[in-house]
Amino acid sequence: MSQDPARAHDTTHSHETARGIDAAAVLDVDPLIDDPKTRIVVCCGSGGVGKTTTAAALGLRAAERGRKVVVLTIDPARRLAQSMGIDALDNTPRRVKGVDDSADGELHAMMLDMKRTFDEIVEAHADPERATAILNNPFYQSLSAGFAGTQEYMAMEKLGQLRAREEWDLIVVDTPPSRSALDFLDAPKRLGSFLDGKLIRLLTAPAKLGGRAGMKFLNVGMSMMTGTLGKLLGGQLLKDVQTFVAAMDTTFGGFRTRADATYKLLQAPGTAFLVVAAPERDALREAAYFVERLAAEDMPLAGLVLNRVHGSGAAQLSADRALAAAETLDLTAGPAEHLTADPVEHLAAGPAEPGADPAVAENLDEARIVDQSGGKAGLRNSPDTYGSSESPATQTTVPEAPAPDAGSPAADRTTAEGAGTDDPTVEHDRTVEQLTAGLLRLHAERMQLLSREQRTRDRFAARHPEVAVAEVAALPGDVHDLAGLRNIGERLAAGTSPTGAA
Amino acid sequence: MSRLQVVSGKGGTGKTTVAAALALALATEGKRALLVEVEGRQGIAQLFEAQALPYEERKIAVAPGGGEVFALAIDPELALLDYLQMFYKLGSAGRALKKLGAIDFATTVAPGLRDVLLTGKACEAVRRKDKRGRFAYDYVVMDAPPTGRITRFLNVNDEVAGLAKIGPIHNQAQAVMRVLKSPETAVHMVTLLEEMPVQETADGIAELRAARLPVGRIIVNMVRPSILDETDLELTREAPRTAIAKSLSAAGLGGARRGGVAERLVEPLLTQADEYAERHALERDQRAVLQGLDLPLHELPLLAEGMDLGGLYELAKELRQQGIS
Repeated sequence: MSQDPARAHDTTHSHETARGIDAAAVLDVDPLIDDPKTRIVVCCGSGGVGKTTTAAALGLRAAERGRKVVVLTIDPARRLAQSMGIDALDNTPRRVKGVDDSADGELHAMMLDMKRTFDEIVEAHADPERATAILNNPFYQSLSAGFAGTQEYMAMEKLGQLRAREEWDLIVVDTPPSRSALDFLDAPKRLGSFLDGKLIRLLTAPAKLGGRAGMKFLNVGMSMMTGTLGKLLGGQLLKDVQTFVAAMDTTFGGFRTRADATYKLLQAPGTAFLVVAAPERDALREAAYFVERLAAEDMPLAGLVLNRVHGSGAAQLSADRALAAAETLDLTAGPAEHLTADPVEHLAAGPAEPGADPAVAENLDEARIVDQSGGKAGLRNSPDTYGSSESPATQTTVPEAPAPDAGSPAADRTTAEGAGTDDPTVEHDRTVEQLTAGLLRLHAERMQLLSREQRTRDRFAARHPEVAVAEVAALPGDVHDLAGLRNIGERLAAGTSPTGAA
Repeated sequence: MSRLQVVSGKGGTGKTTVAAALALALATEGKRALLVEVEGRQGIAQLFEAQALPYEERKIAVAPGGGEVFALAIDPELALLDYLQMFYKLGSAGRALKKLGAIDFATTVAPGLRDVLLTGKACEAVRRKDKRGRFAYDYVVMDAPPTGRITRFLNVNDEVAGLAKIGPIHNQAQAVMRVLKSPETAVHMVTLLEEMPVQETADGIAELRAARLPVGRIIVNMVRPSILDETDLELTREAPRTAIAKSLSAAGLGGARRGGVAERLVEPLLTQADEYAERHALERDQRAVLQGLDLPLHELPLLAEGMDLGGLYELAKELRQQGIS
């Protein structure tokens, strides 16, 4: 738990005010990205939650609000990279064109090339001869091509470099697509401590150590170990490792020191973490782990960005009610041969008297009063008359009434099209009812999705009521250009999904 | 039918779920399947609503028809100590190694060693036989790393074999590679009908093929139901709103008059239909891209109630019906 009194206060506060996500603080990203004291924003979270998109959208928004921003992406999807014009992977920040610079901001973006980053460190710190030796070492080549931890380490290394250049006043970092969101915090330390650690010292100077008196115990352990490793890896690999480490060690100061420095940067006041998730169980579980870990490490969490949240403009209509209504319409609109005695009876008892349905009374309470007069006619007619013959039922919904108040071109077109068939009225009418039933089913699916998302969010909020949340409404499609990113940025800044998912 | 079934896919596509459903599907009719987890997330245990898995094969579910699913979460550290014990009878010396950071080195930092241990353990389970000479498991299903890393993960043995030119690691790496590149193995890709996962799937398959790793099937997960067809979608653009309002009203949803309850539902419902139409068109395009990849294509429905154990059996049944086992 954090020692930060402000955070402790927040926690109690949200506990007191209410339960559930509705009460959770809304994360306001604009003050965060506008604040000149914010220098680094780290976007983290599990794979597939839109981390990179969030980082890019946030960077664009900050730039258009006047900051000089660089976005460091790790492994962006091709189209997303193209949307920022950085499909060329060259490890250097490039200015993004098409950004609105009326507020004097700039957006730069780059993709991490981890091998290049590693090579650059070597080249910068070793004399040419030694650098060549390292770069050609087989062990180095495997290590830099990106095995466990290298990508994370290099991302942090790059972040440190960008920060040190003081060229940008805001750096937005995306984190590597790791198996767990925590990897990028741990991997650099691991690699750093390995490269500086006991083991490597033993490996690099076995002869020297072995020859010393009084080191018998260590000697035994060491020779057993190098022996085992040698057997395991093959002697030549061990030798490659030894050569590599010796070369690295003498050319520049410890890896661990560098890793530690970057780690401290992450704890510094100008850094803010955004945990990114989607309203799905696994993603939010990872997010919760991350929130806990950040607190334990005293790393400043700004809040949770919840991507792809669904909403509905008709949230007052529940899934159950929508499905029931769709069924009613199916029966009304269904072909004659389906109208056996059974469903007709059902109809007469059911929706003919909507007022009697407790669900209606509950869901549509307030509106019920208003529409008594208007709705009644249609409701009364349709099922009652339906039992007698087919045509009256269809007539009740024939656009006779619509005609006066809806002289829209669309209405005319439909009628005109229907006129081509044998019985235009029936044909048209049925289709509208079937369509309406479809719309209701679609709505029911949406409402089920909504309540599932709500449940997962509630679970997270119950566990972490102190975390401010910004919800980003789901888009039907993907982001391909700056306009798309801008749109995401707007949704992000709005904080709650505009269609009222809550 | 390949005995080692590797399941990969972009993050967030539900790899673990599909791997588990596949294991259940393969285990029907009295077969034994081992479900292997390699990334230490304990996703399998959570899916089967079980306690966290130890480094030990244990029965986790019974499949219809008497089959059994076993699960194993491979811990690379323990796998290495196991391995050392097996080959070198290290005993307590293993602990000394750990203290010196050698185990940590081998399992987290050393290039590829971790992956070698993980794939090595899975291949060992594939080849293992019981006393009567029958395979211990009919199938081994691996919940593998995501698309972006799968080729390197599976191919790492090749690289390690090149790096460690002699010694047991070299031999082990080569043996594993023989299994992974044979028809005994099939690598499946899980995707969603969205642009980014589909693109990654296509890229991933190209990489696997370039590395000569056997690609199996494409499994599209979480396919949303088809609710409105083309005719419906056309109608949403043409149908008079008042007629829809009347229709809603007739279904008992309030007044169709302007400002009435039913009337006020029309706009949002049509908006949702528009969104559906947009997604529908995107999905159709993405499906076409997947079909162009020329691999068996399967689709699993999105479960309305979210994923639980019952849903897992449902998906397994779906996979069986689609002839995946």
